[in-house]
This record gives sequence, C-alpha cells and structure tokens, in this order.
Amino acid sequence: MTKLLQASMDGVAVGSLYALIALGYTMVYGILKFINFAHSDVFMLGAWFSFAICGFLGYTTADHPVYAALVALIGSMAMCGALGFTIERLAYRPLRGAPRINVLITAIGVSLLLENVGQLNSNKFLAEYGIKFPFGTRPTSVPLLLPDQPLLSFALDSAHPNTLVNVLPVDVLVIGVAFTLMALLQYLVFGTSLGRAMRAVSYDAKTASLMGIDVDRVVSITFVIGSALAAAAGFLYGQKLQSLRQSADGLWVLLGLKAFVAAVVGGVGNVRGAMAGGLMIGLVEQFGAAYLSTNLRDLYVFSLLIVVLLFKPEGLLGKAVVEKV
Amino acid sequence: MALLEVRDLHVHYGAVHALQGISLDVEEGQIVTLIGSNGAGKSTTLRAISGLVRPSSGSIKFAGRHLEGVKAHEIVRMGIAQSPEGRGVFANLTVDDNLEIGAYTRTDRAGVLSDKERVLDLFPRLRERLRQLSGTLSGGEQQMLAIARALLARPKLLLLDEPSLGLAPQIVQTIFAIIRDINKQGTTILLIEQNAHMALGAAHMGYVIEVGQIVLHDEARVLAASDEVRKAYLGVG
Repeated sequence: MTKLLQASMDGVAVGSLYALIALGYTMVYGILKFINFAHSDVFMLGAWFSFAICGFLGYTTADHPVYAALVALIGSMAMCGALGFTIERLAYRPLRGAPRINVLITAIGVSLLLENVGQLNSNKFLAEYGIKFPFGTRPTSVPLLLPDQPLLSFALDSAHPNTLVNVLPVDVLVIGVAFTLMALLQYLVFGTSLGRAMRAVSYDAKTASLMGIDVDRVVSITFVIGSALAAAAGFLYGQKLQSLRQSADGLWVLLGLKAFVAAVVGGVGNVRGAMAGGLMIGLVEQFGAAYLSTNLRDLYVFSLLIVVLLFKPEGLLGKAVVEKV
Repeated sequence: MALLEVRDLHVHYGAVHALQGISLDVEEGQIVTLIGSNGAGKSTTLRAISGLVRPSSGSIKFAGRHLEGVKAHEIVRMGIAQSPEGRGVFANLTVDDNLEIGAYTRTDRAGVLSDKERVLDLFPRLRERLRQLSGTLSGGEQQMLAIARALLARPKLLLLDEPSLGLAPQIVQTIFAIIRDINKQGTTILLIEQNAHMALGAAHMGYVIEVGQIVLHDEARVLAASDEVRKAYLGVG
C-alpha cells in the first residue's frame, strides 16, 4: 500500500513533467504538421537557464529568498519563450511552404546546434575574448529552492512503522506548477478568442487567414507558449533531481523522446491528449519501476507506445485522419 | 469610382498562365457575378483579390487602396470577406465558434452579438445547431455557415465562391434568396458561379470568363438573354 501510494505520487509528478514537454510537441504539430526535434533541447536549456538564473542572483540551497523558485521559474520560461520565438523566426518560418522533410532536417540541425552551444565554454579562442557560456559543459548540481523536510510523513502499514510515505515540498511544487500551467493552457486554447484562432489555424491555415487571422503571429505565439512550458518542465526537473547532465548528454534526448511518446500516445496534435498521455507515461514508468524492475523503466514507456500504435494508431484522444497520397 | 477595380490582372501558377489580363469593376451596392466553366480562373480571381495568391502583374484597388502585396488577414480588416470554395468551415469547431472566428477582426462585442442574431435570423437552421461541431452539418448547412461566417466580419464587399456547388436545387433557391437579402441590406457582393442561370438571375452585372480572360460583360439581364451565353452556359438553343 505504501509502495502503491509512493509510485502513484512519483508517477503523477514525473508524468506532469512529460505532459508539459509533450504539449510543446503537440501544439507545434497541430499547427505546422511537423515534429519539432529541437524541443527536447529547449527543455534542456530551460533547466540550464533556471540554474544560470540562480547562479546570477546568488541563490544557493542555504541562502535564498522565499520567492526564489518563482523567479527562477518565470525567468527561465521567459528566456525559453524568447528562444522559441527566435528559432521559429530564423529557422522554420523561411521554410514555410517547403517540403516537410526540409523542415524536419532543419529541426534536427537546430537541435544539434543548441546541444553544442554550451560546449563553446571550453573553447580557448573564445575564452581569450572573455566569452564564456554559463552552462552546459559538465554536469552540475542545482540548488534546492524549497525546504527539504517532508510536508507530510506517515506510515500506512502498522506492521512496518518505519516505512514512511513522504510528501516533499518539491513534489507539491512539481505537481502544483504543472497542473496550474496545464489549466491555464486549457483555458487559453478552449476559452479565448486566441485559442479559437489557434484551433482554426490548426485545421486550415489558408481559410483562417481569410477570417483575418494573422497566421504567422499565431505560429509565433504557439512556439513561445510551447517553449515556455518546456522551460517550466526543465526548472521543475532540476528542482526534483537537484542535478543536471551536460547539455549534449543523451539523457535529455531520451526525456524529450518519452515526452514525444506521451504526445503520440495521447494523439499528436491534441492538447488534452498530450496531458493525458504524459500522466499515463509517468505512471506506467513509475509503477513498472516500483513493481517490476527499475532498470527496465524505458522499456515500459516504449512498449506502451507500441501497444497504442498497434491498437489505436491515432492515439487515445486523437482522431483518425486519412492520409492523402 | 467603383468599390472594387481590377485592371489587367495576371496570375501565374508556375508555368501555367491562369489569369491573362482580367479587368472588372464592382460598383457599391450591387451584386456582380463572374461566371464561367471549371478551370476558367474564377476562383483564382477571388484568391488574388483576397491576397491568397500574388498577381504577377496588374492592379486591384478596393475603395481607392491598392491590394497587391497586402497580406490576406489585412485585406479582411480593410473590409473584404470571402466565403471560400468548398465552404472551408472549420470542422473541428462548433457552429458558434465558426461564427465567432468570422468576427475575429472585430472589437465591438455588442455589434458582433447583434450581427450574430441577424445572421441566425437569416439562417434559422444554424441557430438549432449552434453547439454542434460544424463537421457534422449537411452540405447545405455548411454553405450557410460559410456565408454567415463571412457576414460576421461585417464586410463592405462579400466574395462568394460557388455557393451553389453540390447542393440540392431547393437549397440553392434558399441560398440565392438569402444572397439577394444580404445585398438589399447594403452589402456589395462579388459572386462566382458555374450555375449561370441562378447567378445572372440574382446579379446586376455579369462577367463571363474563359481560359483566364473576360470574354463578355454586360448587365446581367442582357447577358442572360444573349445567344452566346444561352448556348454556352444556360444550355438553351
């Protein structure tokens, strides 16, 4: 019972991170019909930006104001939002109307660029000119901006009074921030005029422009929102793990890939699907780890993908689309 | 000066010379129709006016302002709304959302609400289906929605691309009655049609387009009576 509760809580926490990242994949796919491979790198940079902000403002685990987490979160969301805007503007917009494969290859290029920019830190030539990038060359530990005493700690099983369920502030932060952001996005997409325009553009961009919708602006906003959500996931991930791998580490791509699986499982292009898919992936992973084997946690996620693709290839909440040949 | 003036308009799709020097005028307050067979360049003319395709030469002037090079969404703000070919309703949105999208450029909330009431009075079928996804509507209802949606932009000029396409004759009668109503309430209309009989019956002026060129233009009732039009488009004689 203790195990069940702990696995559920971990699953929801990890799953909500996947969901935040998956939203960026799915929103861009919904509107431009291409997979933004650079998205996992925006997530990585979100984590590193929030770390850099902490360094810049002198926040450490021992010494930081109470609002530190909020500053790091919003700061890194703003920076990644600007980054997402720039990427779309410089790399993807010039290719509007080009064959999809061109955009896809460009996305892979952007991804490699972002992964490697951090490595310039160790470039002697740049260092001579005093140019140093604040992040990304080697793993680092992240200052915890919240108290590390459990908010709640209780034993469920009276036979094992020492096996405790711990509710840490960081778990509350992760789940609270993720669900707040998802609720805001849900409102934006389904409750505002801008969201209605986004849904119209995703269905048919040409006709949307005949309604007076500035399609380029909607695309920009989509990138900004998707990237900011990925940054939030990056910040929360850093707080949860308290360490970051270097920017070109394969782990970032793996996490991005799992979030992409979440988008596909939920039905790519579907905002609610991405949220549901993320939570599902997180739960499957954590339950597998708790009850079967921790070493096989990647296997559970990708097996779920295979099962979904076999029996419901359009995703759980997706609609089947007949591909025109 | 006409509300819309198109002069010597040329459009190329790659090597295809789709429009070869189209000129036409739409006077304020009138219904003007452009008739012609499939592939003659009717829809291309509308796309050029709406800013979806860029003309290779020629000029399009609306209320004295040039439209060439202006982006499609800005042209809507200038007062031209189009109900596109094949209707183009957003099937993933409800009927009400489609209508709201039509009013996307407007900020006068009260005006939008009263206009919505007005178009729902014109198309009572839509009122019954406001909360339904528009993809579930019949073809005729989708056509009504496309026209209603364009009206919600409160355009000075309404462009209608083949409103009768694929509809049962009785529905076509209803749609054309509404088109005349809309015009009487003060909206200028440029109407593209293959159904020359209905179009010439409703319009003040008519243009006949063949392979990218205007071959005839006159008052609609004169065209309807002319031998050439009767033979080629009305299936008479």
